Amino acid sequence: MASEKAKALLNWLDERFPVTKLWESQLTKYYVPKNFNFLYFFGSLAILVLVNQIVTGVFLTMHYKPSADLAFDSVEYIMRDVDYGWLLRYMHSTGASMFFIVIYVHMFRAIFYGSFKKPRELIWLFGMTLFLLLMAEAFMGYLLPWGQMSYWGAQVIISLFGAIPVIGEGLATWVRGDYVVADATLNRFFALHVVGIPLAILILVVFHLVALRTTGSSNPDGIEIKKQKAENGVPIDGIPFHPYYTVKDLYAAVIFLIVCSIIIFYMPEVGGYFLEHPNFEPANPAATPEHIQPVWYFTPFYSVLRAIPNKLGGVMAMGASIVLLFLLPWLDRSPVKSIRYRGTIFKVALALFVVSFFGLGILGTKPVTPTSTAFARLFTFIYFAFLLLMPFYPRFEQTKPIPERLAEPVIPLRKREGRHWRMVERGLEAIRTSPAWQGAKRRLEAIATHPQCQNVKERLSTVIERLKTYGSK
Amino acid sequence: MRMRTAFGIALLLFSLAASATEPVKPLENADVDIFDTESVRRGAGFFSNYCMGCHSARLIRYSRIGKDLDLDEDAMRREFMFGNVKIHDYLETSMSKADGENAFGVAPPDLSLVVRARGADWVYSYLKGFYVDLKRPFGVNNIVSPDVAMPNVLWALQGVQEPVIKKVGEADTVVDVRLVKKGEMSPKEFDQAVTDIVNFLAYVAEPSKLQRLPLGKYVLLFLVVLAIIMYRLKKEYWKDVH
Repeated sequence: MASEKAKALLNWLDERFPVTKLWESQLTKYYVPKNFNFLYFFGSLAILVLVNQIVTGVFLTMHYKPSADLAFDSVEYIMRDVDYGWLLRYMHSTGASMFFIVIYVHMFRAIFYGSFKKPRELIWLFGMTLFLLLMAEAFMGYLLPWGQMSYWGAQVIISLFGAIPVIGEGLATWVRGDYVVADATLNRFFALHVVGIPLAILILVVFHLVALRTTGSSNPDGIEIKKQKAENGVPIDGIPFHPYYTVKDLYAAVIFLIVCSIIIFYMPEVGGYFLEHPNFEPANPAATPEHIQPVWYFTPFYSVLRAIPNKLGGVMAMGASIVLLFLLPWLDRSPVKSIRYRGTIFKVALALFVVSFFGLGILGTKPVTPTSTAFARLFTFIYFAFLLLMPFYPRFEQTKPIPERLAEPVIPLRKREGRHWRMVERGLEAIRTSPAWQGAKRRLEAIATHPQCQNVKERLSTVIERLKTYGSK
Repeated sequence: MRMRTAFGIALLLFSLAASATEPVKPLENADVDIFDTESVRRGAGFFSNYCMGCHSARLIRYSRIGKDLDLDEDAMRREFMFGNVKIHDYLETSMSKADGENAFGVAPPDLSLVVRARGADWVYSYLKGFYVDLKRPFGVNNIVSPDVAMPNVLWALQGVQEPVIKKVGEADTVVDVRLVKKGEMSPKEFDQAVTDIVNFLAYVAEPSKLQRLPLGKYVLLFLVVLAIIMYRLKKEYWKDVH
């Protein structure tokens, strides 16, 4: 009776809006490679963080005052007098930093497995535009608490526009709406942070996902699952996104939330990286802090800026370090997508690139010394060399044959080639045979066979069963 | 092998380059525990007796302190709510900004967030770091914050400290302080008094910490249980994927 009514309602809806069609094309009949590993969680995690930022942001906006006189105090008002305001604010500030961690891993995944290559160039371009928008969103949001470092960070970064010849100074003044960062700047940043850029981000997320649905996801092997179809037209190595990846991503989301909760409840400042100490002092245009630095997620690019002795040159290098990323699909000429089948030269180059990116990031949080500048230049050189030499790697690299069908999500150690993997294998073997490990294992097994533990397990199984039957309805 | 050595040296140099400059004397560790209500309460007393003459804590109300420390208005009036103030007032000082500037050259800053801006260890070491320096307007200087405008308001409790001066390179540098004249309190009692003040300021800097930390374990417990269920659910769905 109830299900008949539900069916009638669904019919009524389908005649007016393609509910079933959307549900099937986006979820239950959208076939995804079955061998995604943990690096593929970060796309859905990015959506989770985006939703978190929007929801907490809406509530923060209800109490925040975008004015130079009141902004700082209104943030503290949220922290003290608004019910669970501290939770909203920490969720938002932690979310901002986690957003960048998630996006950096997401981008790394694309480079690692060559996900941006033909036919997925547009997905990458939309994604890179999203990354630019995210940086703008974060930069503007960072000014809003109106602390010392927000103020002076904005002052320094906006003044970079001044390096552009002829129009530079005028442009910087136009961006600020004043000759220094002031109330006018705060107000326009607020408008852009809460309305302008989020709208642009949302529409681009739609483009990013529509483009992804058109080509289908790539995978750790970098092969097209659509090439191997069963008789019913379903890719042999594909599984429906729902329920398989919805349950898998939900599991990842909960693990991610555990990490975020540890930060939010026990270490919201993360040692002055997520929330910087100088930002607990109100902005003071008359007193420059001795050491101005951007928040951690901008430091790799900030280091590139500082590594170049000339201001205009630095600004151009910083811009180039991001613009070049846009061009990745055309810079990378290798016929092979995934790192699994690429040669040593690319693996070494990518490793150096990752080390340089981290190195630049760490250096960007520190004051400049001659040694640190030398290292920043070395890392900057490697960063650009990795990207600019991309077209030439294929000439020197011995790629491996690409399989027809998907391999494991993570290649087991014993199947991997190379002496270093043998060493890891031996190390793990030594741990596994050690008395401490064996003892712990025995104890765990003893607990697992305890009747009470069995009881809990059985109950859990019934819960899972019910959830699954409920889900399949 | 040579490459590995070169890499090692590079790594060492990098870590040297990355390490920030060290202060002359490392900060002392403050034993902060804002859940030690007695200590925070004593700290509130010290704060209103010794600090509030010049400094405010304008981001917190007396009523909030009373609620968090479980004190009624009478107890608060006895211990730290002095003068003609109302229960919902913020902890304002009676010194005007202009008077402060006239007396000290700079207006004494608001202390609501000092612990979050500078750290509890800094505040603790700063309050203990005053020493005699007759060149300064109030006859004292501070090892943590050289040439600070503030006088040593706790001197009657602490006693008098003199600098320990050593030659570092060419310049005479104050490397430590030592007590030369005993105050009303023993060094141990004074350390406790300063700890109380820091505890109070740490509480004032983030009163919501009193809710944040206790709530955390329930949220985590819920999420861990949810994670186990989600893991099993994922296993259940994926058992037929090969």
